[in-house]
Amino acid sequence: MSLLSVRDLVVKFAMRHQTLTALDQISFELAQGERLGIVGESGAGKSITGFAILNLLSQPGFIAGGKIMFDGKDMASLSAEEMRLIRGDRIAMIFQDPMVTLNPVLTIGEQMVETLQAHRKISRRDAEKIAIVKLREVYIPAPEERLSQYPHELSGGMRQRIIIAIALLLDPQLIIADEPTTALDVTIQADIMELLLELCTNNKVSLILITHDLGVVSQMTERTLVMYAGKIIESGKTREIVNDPQHPYTQGLINALPQQTVPGQQLKQIPGNMPGLGSLPSGCAFHPRCDFATDVCKKTAPEFVSFADVKVACHEVARLHQTKEAEAKDG
Amino acid sequence: MVEHIAPDLIEVKNLEKRFALDEGFLETVKFRGGKIVREKREVHAVNNVSLSIAKGEALCVVGESGCGKSTLARLVVGLLKPSAGEVLYGGNRVDNLSAREMLPYRRKMQMIFQNPYASLNARMSIEQALYEPVKVHNPRLTRAEIFDKVAEVMQAVGVDPSWAKRYPHEFSGGQRQRIAIARALTMDPEFVIADEPISALDVSIQAQVLNLMLEAKEQRGLTYLFITHDLSVVQHFGTRVAVFYLGSLCELADTKTLFDNPKHPYTQALLSAVPKLSDNAPSHIRLKGEIPTPINLPPGCPFASRCVHANSRCTTELPAPLQKPDGAIVACHAVEEGRID
Repeated sequence: MSLLSVRDLVVKFAMRHQTLTALDQISFELAQGERLGIVGESGAGKSITGFAILNLLSQPGFIAGGKIMFDGKDMASLSAEEMRLIRGDRIAMIFQDPMVTLNPVLTIGEQMVETLQAHRKISRRDAEKIAIVKLREVYIPAPEERLSQYPHELSGGMRQRIIIAIALLLDPQLIIADEPTTALDVTIQADIMELLLELCTNNKVSLILITHDLGVVSQMTERTLVMYAGKIIESGKTREIVNDPQHPYTQGLINALPQQTVPGQQLKQIPGNMPGLGSLPSGCAFHPRCDFATDVCKKTAPEFVSFADVKVACHEVARLHQTKEAEAKDG
Repeated sequence: MVEHIAPDLIEVKNLEKRFALDEGFLETVKFRGGKIVREKREVHAVNNVSLSIAKGEALCVVGESGCGKSTLARLVVGLLKPSAGEVLYGGNRVDNLSAREMLPYRRKMQMIFQNPYASLNARMSIEQALYEPVKVHNPRLTRAEIFDKVAEVMQAVGVDPSWAKRYPHEFSGGQRQRIAIARALTMDPEFVIADEPISALDVSIQAQVLNLMLEAKEQRGLTYLFITHDLSVVQHFGTRVAVFYLGSLCELADTKTLFDNPKHPYTQALLSAVPKLSDNAPSHIRLKGEIPTPINLPPGCPFASRCVHANSRCTTELPAPLQKPDGAIVACHAVEEGRID
């Protein structure tokens, strides 16, 4: 049985004059211990997906439809108090900027003890012991001394490690990491990613990694979802998606990377910008930027269909597969 | 010495920049071990850096945050005065010029910043933002001529000139950065300093902006100083690369030489840390420890505390930049002594 199952999730934002659809029919499953990457550009709905799972959407956003099941429980049926017990305990979230996540006027120790005491009946002394163990797990030197330090006394990489230690305090089953290393330098990013990977594999923790960096997804995850304008447009095994992307947008994202072009040559850019939620084009939302767009793409939105190992929402890919199948029958 | 075909446009000699942490007299008075002493602390942002940029070249400066990349850019363009050393533009010293004497050079050097929303005035329409620099630097042009130039440049960077009356917030991030580039190009500069111009943008938009900058380089014969932390961009865009660590130059080499055969242990660690599409798992050289603060710099190599090859000489003696047979300049005792190749 899967640990997390999201089915037909719809998230809307009620604005003064109109209601915008931020997530449109998102469905995916996540098994215990599995690592899933969610890729897309800003505004694609990656972070909203993470927030929706934890029911952290704030006004004017709301879940308008669909079902989120975690560990066999329907998240929508939980009371605010039951939800609070899951958040931080069973599911932990790591955000982009550690300075915003950590409270600047509390010491590291106070923040860690507070988290433990909010979920467990535990004495301060015991809580500090657990905190030290967790700090050691994320390779923080001299963890005993860190407890009395404030966030500003630590470097960016160290702060993000503390955030991971806090996320691990209650031994969660699922970690949602939203761009956890975007604010950090490459050498520090590599350290943090290796640490996350090690912790997830050792403790069989599931991971949802939200990022725009395909290189990171390729290193860290087993399966990947590619999102565009509030929809999943491609999903499958990470290797397959990286080596043989099907959807023109995924292909575009990968081809746009400088490492895919001979140095000094023009990069293969995707023309235009991602549309705003208020002005989504008709049919396939990607069609104005797509090289393969036909009349069908302008009129009807493509369905999200399985082909062999991957699922893709694209008329052109579907057409190619049909011709291939027909040829296989004939030949 | 490797012979440069083109003459050097920019030359930086023994450049240093220190920022005082304790400005006033009272701030320098400290209480240490029962005695009152005067102590001035300084941040050593750029330490004894020498390099040159040939005409038509794109020199990329890479390094982690706080290594002095941006300070170097600001020193070269004259936004900061160096504490020591010289900056030469086309053979003339420019770092000690008055604001008035600097004016003709300002036109030839233009800067592009990381966040276009911060570098464009939110209360000026794009047309106004582009009109002003042309007007200041070409006082003889008529209004109509200036507007023609503005439209021409907007067209060149792929922003519809009919949107000239719009304000920065009406554009997307990528468009704004292209407008910031347009503003730099209106001056017909020879030399463009770009400080992390694409790091705030999405992948597909990064490609658009990089292509625009490459195009401008080819069509106008621009010379670039490109500051970035993204090594895949460097490999694509740069002709030469300078690797910085804690305000010092570690390695300077042709892009191909540097990526094929990185010599400095820090460059090797940096290159290994870039996540690649072909990777199944993180595989990088793990650096121990943290970056030391630039306030109290260690006497030896700044990288020694994190370097696996460091010995006692590294912690006491500052390595001098030395040229290797393939043209790369490396500042490392271990490389010099042949302990690593």
